[in-house]
Amino acid sequence: MTGTVLTTRRVDAYHALTVVAPGIAERFRPGHFVGVAVGGARTSMLTRRAFSVHDVKPDYGGTVEFVFTVRGPGTAWLAERRARDTLDLVGPLGRSFPLPRDPVTCVLVGGEYGSATLFPVADALQQRGCRVDFVLGAVSADRVFGALRARRMGETTTLTTEDGSLGMRGRVTDVLPGVIADVRADAVYACGPMPMLGGVTAVAVEFDIPVQVAVEEQMACGVGVCMTCVLPVIGDDGVTRMVRSCVEGPVFRGERVRFDDVGTIPFDALGAPGGGTRNAG
Amino acid sequence: MPVDMRTYLGHVELVNPITTAAGCAASGSELAQFFDLGRIGALTTRSITMAPRAGRPTPRMAETPSGMLNAIGLQGPGVDAFLERELPWLDQRGVKTVVSVAGGTVAEYTALARRLTDAPGVGAVEVNLSCPNIEDRGRVFARDGAASAEVIASVRSVMRYDVPVVAKLSPDVMDIVSVARACVDAGADALSMINNPLGMSIDTEAMRPSLAAVTGGLSGPAIRPLAVRCVWQVHAALPSVPIIGMGGVLTGQDAFELILAGACVVAVGTALFHDPYACLRILRELEELLAARGFHRLADAVGLAHRPPGATTRHRIDLEESSL
Repeated sequence: MTGTVLTTRRVDAYHALTVVAPGIAERFRPGHFVGVAVGGARTSMLTRRAFSVHDVKPDYGGTVEFVFTVRGPGTAWLAERRARDTLDLVGPLGRSFPLPRDPVTCVLVGGEYGSATLFPVADALQQRGCRVDFVLGAVSADRVFGALRARRMGETTTLTTEDGSLGMRGRVTDVLPGVIADVRADAVYACGPMPMLGGVTAVAVEFDIPVQVAVEEQMACGVGVCMTCVLPVIGDDGVTRMVRSCVEGPVFRGERVRFDDVGTIPFDALGAPGGGTRNAG
Repeated sequence: MPVDMRTYLGHVELVNPITTAAGCAASGSELAQFFDLGRIGALTTRSITMAPRAGRPTPRMAETPSGMLNAIGLQGPGVDAFLERELPWLDQRGVKTVVSVAGGTVAEYTALARRLTDAPGVGAVEVNLSCPNIEDRGRVFARDGAASAEVIASVRSVMRYDVPVVAKLSPDVMDIVSVARACVDAGADALSMINNPLGMSIDTEAMRPSLAAVTGGLSGPAIRPLAVRCVWQVHAALPSVPIIGMGGVLTGQDAFELILAGACVVAVGTALFHDPYACLRILRELEELLAARGFHRLADAVGLAHRPPGATTRHRIDLEESSL
């Protein structure tokens, strides 16, 4: 579907685009993402770029906002969009964050612009009477996303930077155990780079509390047909499968994702090389 | 007047010439969220293998100019799960299904064909010949006419007589016509081309190959001229053999180009990643284009570009006759 750009703005090191897209806004739930075509109608860039939705508002029938950083020609093109330009979007895509039925205490952990995904979750949690605490981190101060908003929404907000330019020096996983213990957290929600999600999951497992993570994987289609965004995930039956992060995810129970094996085919995964069809294809 | 879009794959009638390319529609249900699968001529499955396959590690994809490289490694649930869940799902919805099969040995293809022969809902079988032949030091079947013919003959011999067997050819060969002829002689009812040529890209930031598998299949508009050339050459040599044309079809005009070269069915692949609605849009554009050129039937356009220079097109004759 076609969306019209409403506003574009810089947020520290990132770009935020607000697009009028009622069809997406209407069906959005926290954790969903959109697939955006880049480069215009006659482009040589064929794959869609996937962005998780940061904010949904009812203005103009429904708007969605997503946050991104310029990584290549596609995102550079996107960063040049101005108000009233049109964008080709598909969404909302993926599986959203499951929410607790009872009012519990949740720690929301964001790395880099992954924190953008957490604000709709925080909203939904607070509507259910949950207590929300934030832990946000990045390499440097200008790459911490949403610190101000987190301070407004959360009971507590802990910031970390690896260079010490904002908050505590270090990583989110350094402060997370303390936060979980202090606030007596019942659950953790996280979004950010893969190694961070692995670390956050390890902490949550240590405390024996549930952890939901939204993974970031390279996708070509976002709708489940291209099979490029797979990662090893342990199923209910204990079997590891290479599952697509676009349709089976991007939200997973943290302990189900084999973070150490991301980027490989674990030998014990279903259909892993070694059988009779080893070299086929 | 609407254009008659019906086409035939062997004796199997398709309501229109648009299908999905193997490996670009997963199990079908993913695309069914976007459009009614019954509205396209056929759905081609990903290549089904005997055992479940986890495929290649990530990164599996790299965008290239007007195309992309992929190295999925035939990830799939295996033939048992396919027959249990995916095929019945498609069959119940009345979707004409072309089942793509892949194996590492002739025996494996034969065993797969035998499993499919009793299964309801198999509209045609497309034999993916681009798998390395385990028995032949890993050489790809499609690169060798004799090896391809052996697979096709074996699949043909066990497949039900009323299910067309389609040989999918690779452009990475010296002489695609000779491979095509070997497949047809071995019993292929139709040919499909082109499979992804092999390509590679290097991430200049990391200074490493972009794909975990190092090389991958190149798809998208970047390979369309290659596809048009292959379809043209094979149609010229074997004009009576139905051809499923594919390679970078993004628009109705692209589909028309392959039809003029000799394809009677056109498969949409990479375009689906860009636009999940691509099949129906391309079908609509193709129909409008045919109507604008004065065609009443799609069949009249198949291979039309092969007519000698100076010859008038069919519809011009029609116009002259009607003006008499």
